[in-house]
Amino acid sequence: MTDATTVLTGDGQPAGPGQRDSYLNHGKGVLSWLFTLDHKRIGIMYLAVILASFFLGGVFAMFIRTELLTPGQTIMTADTYNKMFTLHGAVMIFLFIIPGIPATLGNFVLPLMLGAKDVALPRLNLASFWLWLIGASVAVASIIIGAVDTGWTFYTPYSTTTGTAVVAMTLGAFILGFSSIFTGLNFIVTIHKMRPEGMTWFRMPLFLWGIYSTAIIQVLATPVLGITLLLLIAERTLGVGIFDPALGGDPVLYQHFFWFYSHPAVYIMILPAMAIMSEVISVFSGKHIFGYRFIAWSSIAIALLSFLVWGHHMFTSGQSSLTNMIFSALTFSVAIPSAVKVFNWLATMYKGSIRLAAPMLYALSFLFLFAIGGLTGLFLGSLSTDIHLHDTYFVVAHFHYVMFGGTVIAFLAGIHYWWPKIFGRMYSERWAQVSALLIFVGFNLTFFTQFVMGSHGMPRRYYNYLERFTAYHQASTVGSFILMIGFLIMAGYLLHSLVRGERAPANPWGGATLEWETASPPPYFNFEHEMQAGDPYDLDALSWDPSIKGYVRRDPSSVLAAPRGAD
Amino acid sequence: MTENAHLETDGLAVDHHFENADQQYQSAKLGMWVFLATEILFFGGLFVAYSVYRLNHPEVFIFGHHFLDKSLGALNTVILICSSLTAAWAVRAAQLKQIRMLKGMLLLTMLFAFGFLGVKAVEYNSKWKHGLLWAREYHPHVDHEEASEILITKEDFETGAVEGVVEDVTALQKVGDGVLAETETVLIEEAPAAAPAAEANRSTIAPAAEGPPGLATQGTEESSEKVIEVEPANAQTFFSIYFLMTGLHGIHVLGGIGAFMWLYLSARRGYFSTGHFTRVDMVALYWHVVDLIWIYLFLLLYLIE
Ligand SMILES: [Cu+2]
Repeated sequence: MTDATTVLTGDGQPAGPGQRDSYLNHGKGVLSWLFTLDHKRIGIMYLAVILASFFLGGVFAMFIRTELLTPGQTIMTADTYNKMFTLHGAVMIFLFIIPGIPATLGNFVLPLMLGAKDVALPRLNLASFWLWLIGASVAVASIIIGAVDTGWTFYTPYSTTTGTAVVAMTLGAFILGFSSIFTGLNFIVTIHKMRPEGMTWFRMPLFLWGIYSTAIIQVLATPVLGITLLLLIAERTLGVGIFDPALGGDPVLYQHFFWFYSHPAVYIMILPAMAIMSEVISVFSGKHIFGYRFIAWSSIAIALLSFLVWGHHMFTSGQSSLTNMIFSALTFSVAIPSAVKVFNWLATMYKGSIRLAAPMLYALSFLFLFAIGGLTGLFLGSLSTDIHLHDTYFVVAHFHYVMFGGTVIAFLAGIHYWWPKIFGRMYSERWAQVSALLIFVGFNLTFFTQFVMGSHGMPRRYYNYLERFTAYHQASTVGSFILMIGFLIMAGYLLHSLVRGERAPANPWGGATLEWETASPPPYFNFEHEMQAGDPYDLDALSWDPSIKGYVRRDPSSVLAAPRGAD
Repeated sequence: MTENAHLETDGLAVDHHFENADQQYQSAKLGMWVFLATEILFFGGLFVAYSVYRLNHPEVFIFGHHFLDKSLGALNTVILICSSLTAAWAVRAAQLKQIRMLKGMLLLTMLFAFGFLGVKAVEYNSKWKHGLLWAREYHPHVDHEEASEILITKEDFETGAVEGVVEDVTALQKVGDGVLAETETVLIEEAPAAAPAAEANRSTIAPAAEGPPGLATQGTEESSEKVIEVEPANAQTFFSIYFLMTGLHGIHVLGGIGAFMWLYLSARRGYFSTGHFTRVDMVALYWHVVDLIWIYLFLLLYLIE
């Protein structure tokens, strides 16, 4: 922290004529980024590598959809196809969607919302990023050594016998797990210990509640994945036999271990998405969030319940019917806090003055798609229907509605919401609307058809299919191409905004949380003054100032902490 | 402790993003506790794997644990408990700025930690010599120079078999002064009588009492005496689990030694003269958990009944 003192004097002062000091121009050169302890820069680096992973996973997805355009071989062999869907799943889950929101937007926004200078443990934050890089490199190296063909779940006994590079891929996932643990740990400590004056637990922005609940799961579930993957590696390299029935082991035990992590991991993915929703919906409805405490508690409830439902992935594995019934009932219970959130968001919108800007368009998409994704989850949680739907495209469609329709769409909402804050530039609103529409249409075309063919019995992960599924598969593939065009347009206008975008005001949307109280992009030390928190959803405290095309606080002193004595 | 710490952190230099030293200390402490929770869950997964396998195949564990040396395990437990004491003492010394005491305690803790690894090395080495290794590397063989075959006669069964074979073996082990730990095969005379007897005792003898090929040929001089192996199927799994658990724990001990070394070097540089003690406190916390995990490993692997 030696560099800290040198900047302290220049904190908030313009770095030169016409150029304000910001975290973006605070240090120059690649090393000033790679070894930075600044949460904002770490967030940006995470954003870059995570979007690269999303691109990679997306390329695999396009290969899969193109192959499925016709029955039989279209562009690749069956073996290649097995590798494609495995890599699509593994890359999207471990490299993109699990770290997705917390490591990028969480890292950037969380300390700002707290009015803090950084996360509590900046070195650990950097270590977490480096672990991500190492883990991702090992995982990607596995593609070159011998792309894995087990599916992203690495089920035994196939994963212990296949000739592909399972060890490299799982070792990568193991390391990525520690990256995730350290991010979560850091956020827990930061939220506990660094809240500003006036911010009691129930005056925290709901984004923080969401990230906090996520962090609890990251910290409690991920170590179990770590040991599971280690056992799998031992099983494969040493032949231990804990998962091998020939040696007295139990392959279903692997599934229990795996889902003890991977079901809560689903909430590592969706809770931060819900966290973004609570911010965006309130701000773009121009209304105070409805049911604050319910939304906050439901995040915690989801985090805790998420640990009790993993058995619903094994309804057809020969579990006792009593176990099945218990897991089924517990699975239904998760729907309650999720629905509590959705109803509160709807109530927030009710009689609000809704602005259909890009973040809100994504938020509305989220509500629609997440509702479908969540409710179809109940079909799969019911024992009788699950037996029919298990391992069909219905399951594929369900989790894409939750993971893509929920998490990715919310991630896009968050990106569009905080983009001006992060880069200090506005993007083209019109193109943003075009791409939001394309993504919505493309997504539904891709995955709604999969609900239909799944319920008609099309099994997931199959290379070939019956003639009668052709129309569904082709519609799905067309949808995926529309989706891709939507994303390409988004890449275009966002990159354009980085270079040519209009300068963003400090508060373009009228949000009342603390990150909007500092300049866009924020200075190196985040705030010029010690901050104090008020009601994070008191939107009436702000008014539109046409001269800066942004919102200003009617009483700026309300968020400034009383000056302290000796510092 | 907290109030105490609060007093002592006043006026210390802090990282730029903290308001005061107390906030910094409390953050480090909470972070460490959360990290330790993840460690517990990490090992927790192993304990679950252990429990499931043991529940399904108790005979494997009951057979296997005889080959672990209880006295060496107990010695290591004592060593680690002592090291926890010295680690805690080091924290106190750092808080009181007693630098010489701090350095001494850090050195002692490292000494204990190395002692632990030394004993562990002796144990591993003996397993290695007898081929009692994990999974595919499990090729037990009798080292004729030092191994002694333990014979359980028919009389033993008639007199003491009610308590089960293990008790007999344990009794013999006491007599034999720990020789058993060096032995792989437990030979029993009078097979036809022994098998049902064992079964009647909710056996410690495996249902599938066939050892790997090459093992069952340890004959005795008298041809009239039939010999059975009590080695259950998949006996190697016990050793797999043993090496996995103790190996992973050993890596944590190595990590601890590294951390204590770092503290010692910091102490020599005079870092702790300023009154900073957070680092010592955190490493000691970690160390206590490493000790705690060992105690469970000792109970679950060595002291099976
Ligand atoms: Cu699940």
